[in-house]
Amino acid sequence: MTQWVLEGLRAGIRTTRYPFAPETAAGVSPGLPAAGELARPDLERLIARCPTAALASADGRLVVDARRCVHCFRCVRGSDTPAPWQGGYEWATGEGTLGKTFTRSLHIRVVDAGDCGACLHEVKQLAGPYYSLHRLGFFISPTPRQADVLLVVGPGTDQMREALTKAYKAMPTPRTVIAVGTCALSGGVFGSNFACGGGISSILPVDVEVPGNPPPPLAILHALLLATGRAAPAAKERQTAGERMP
Amino acid sequence: MEIPVQRHAQCSRRSLHFEIDCQPQRLVQVCSALSRAGFGFAGLIVEEWQRQWWLRYAFHSLSGSGGKILRRTLAEPPEPADFAPLCSSADWIDVLIRQPLTRTSYPSISSEVLAADWHEREAEDLFELTFEGHPRLGDFVLHDVAWQEGLAPMRKDFNAHTPPSERRPNPAWRPQRIVHEPGSFLMPIGPIYGGVSESVHFTLETVGEDVIRALPRLFYKYRAVEKIAEGRAAPDLLLLAERFNGIAAFAHGLACAQAIETVAGVEPPARALTLRVMLAELERLRHHTGTIHDICESTALTVAASQAAILEEELLRLSGSLTGHRYLFGLLMPGGLSRDFEQHSLADAVRAVQDIARRLTQLERHLVTTSSFLDRLEEVGIVTPALARTYGLVGPVARASGLACDLRRAQPYAAYDAYTFDIPQEQDGDGYARLRVLFAEARQASRILGQAVNMLPDGPVCVACPDIPPGAALGWSEAPVGATFHWIHADEQGRVSRYHIMSPSFANWHGFHLAAEKFAFQDFPIILATFGLSAAETDR
Ligand code: SF4
Repeated sequence: MTQWVLEGLRAGIRTTRYPFAPETAAGVSPGLPAAGELARPDLERLIARCPTAALASADGRLVVDARRCVHCFRCVRGSDTPAPWQGGYEWATGEGTLGKTFTRSLHIRVVDAGDCGACLHEVKQLAGPYYSLHRLGFFISPTPRQADVLLVVGPGTDQMREALTKAYKAMPTPRTVIAVGTCALSGGVFGSNFACGGGISSILPVDVEVPGNPPPPLAILHALLLATGRAAPAAKERQTAGERMP
Repeated sequence: MEIPVQRHAQCSRRSLHFEIDCQPQRLVQVCSALSRAGFGFAGLIVEEWQRQWWLRYAFHSLSGSGGKILRRTLAEPPEPADFAPLCSSADWIDVLIRQPLTRTSYPSISSEVLAADWHEREAEDLFELTFEGHPRLGDFVLHDVAWQEGLAPMRKDFNAHTPPSERRPNPAWRPQRIVHEPGSFLMPIGPIYGGVSESVHFTLETVGEDVIRALPRLFYKYRAVEKIAEGRAAPDLLLLAERFNGIAAFAHGLACAQAIETVAGVEPPARALTLRVMLAELERLRHHTGTIHDICESTALTVAASQAAILEEELLRLSGSLTGHRYLFGLLMPGGLSRDFEQHSLADAVRAVQDIARRLTQLERHLVTTSSFLDRLEEVGIVTPALARTYGLVGPVARASGLACDLRRAQPYAAYDAYTFDIPQEQDGDGYARLRVLFAEARQASRILGQAVNMLPDGPVCVACPDIPPGAALGWSEAPVGATFHWIHADEQGRVSRYHIMSPSFANWHGFHLAAEKFAFQDFPIILATFGLSAAETDR
């Protein structure tokens, strides 16, 4: 058994400094397309390339609805004038309705309402050494009865509707619902059909939304901080022009 | 020192695909002969095509050679004596039944080919076809507590966006009890259970401490992927193929892209084929590391779980910084890849992969000397080789039970025939054997990456893939969980008329109860973790 103690010590501390300092390691986030100025024909061409209507033009500028982006990279690859792209991960929007009481102890029930596995996998990474959500007073709860937050991934399938509603009803108030991932916000590539509801808000009242397909762990962490009033939401339209993507 | 085999003469080799027209009355005989001849059952593909039912039973040889596909059609099945020559020359054999739409009842083959069991149940639920002799139809994909029988959503006259307004679920539905010992009871688990877990329901039948059997109930995550695929153009189909099971996005995208390319008659450039192998192996390594993490966690060995989690996150970051996406979304295109990579960034990535593989081996060395850990895995959740074969299990689970089936070797695709690698195999079929296979495969993934980066051909990474002509094809790949098959049928306008995914998790969940028989309750999470299955991949 001593070998495991040594192993643990040898690995050292890997945990991100976020939210106390920005995380700058490569590969922690896929980034998102950003708003920007483009010539009219280029603008129209880009908008037509997007399969989920995440891009639009407003007053001749490119605007992005991150809630719909499925990271297909069609607006940056194979296009002569790529859309501006922006790194970062503080993407969550909504209102933190949980007050100060929860800043040191917030219990989260994760529910899979039909996700592809990637969002759930990113949530799982949060518990690992690189993100260590416990250090911030966040805990994954085995039951909704002791949970303050219902963290839902997936577009909300018809056959999960009942279980999801039951879990929500079993929670004590005040409670917050965080919808994680493009599918949970807009249905993503699945849209809305007889088997799948086009987003969690068709089933439950959603308080905080995190875009991304899937959102990286840091974006989910940002959502949790936002829910407890410890971080500001993402700007409605991320204005700055981004860098170029390969 | 490995000597890389140069990949020449791609087109000199031929992969022979037979299609046998068959009458329903001979179906069982023909399928059981193929199964006895050692052909693997890929799946049952039901189509409503030109006012007919087309039922395609796809079988593949376990030792093909890959290469250009040649099709042959037989107007009727050979006589029993002539099966042997057919089986020795064919790589794929499709047994095809064509009948008018009015005929909705067909013989069930699952008493002879057990792997077809769930395929028939799925077809019954989604198409309202009956399979005579099948012991248990109904309540499979569409749960009786949610939908009425007879919905048949995959039929062409069902509109996915305007379902019938009337819903008649059966609230009295209860899971079937199999154990009838005095004092036995049924314990339901799920669909929401554990810490962070996919939505699956289990019914555990128990007489106290010991669980007698555990059956999974799936399809809580049914998103009707195959239905909404209909009418799409090829590139938009790929979006779905990548995103219905995000943790094996590349493997599924690859199978789908290959099917599209076969229909379109397009061969991606050599550089793309090699890069596809590299990305697929990167995904396999990451996926296996994740499964190893889950196994460590299920035994509550926290330090080991953390070590594995570190490696997993490093692989995700590596994938992210190399390709732009942590789960390799958006890379595949019909005709190749959507982007190229600099040689130095590939070389750096492979060096990082080799370092991670080395640390993974170190983790294995520590684990196999931790007796408390081994106690939890050894002789737990045993699947015997005979049962693994009968159930047609696939992937690492099958290879841990003595089956050496791997599509990278059996039906080579992309550039796999150019590399030297082993297919790890174990005989014990228990949880520990599955863990050893995962570690060994992770090492092989790093080995393939090491070879590929040194023999990467120059040139473009994509050729134009024109609008697809009418036609149909099967694409396949060895996903991290096992063999996956994607069937695409394009209509006159080049739009998808039928898309069917036959996934490895679907095959292995079918056999999951073999490992979950007569066990102590606390072993359940461990058995589950060593199978490493995905519900998203099954439910679609
Ligand atoms: S990445 Fe794809 S989904 Fe996202 S905005 Fe660009 S084109 Fe649209």
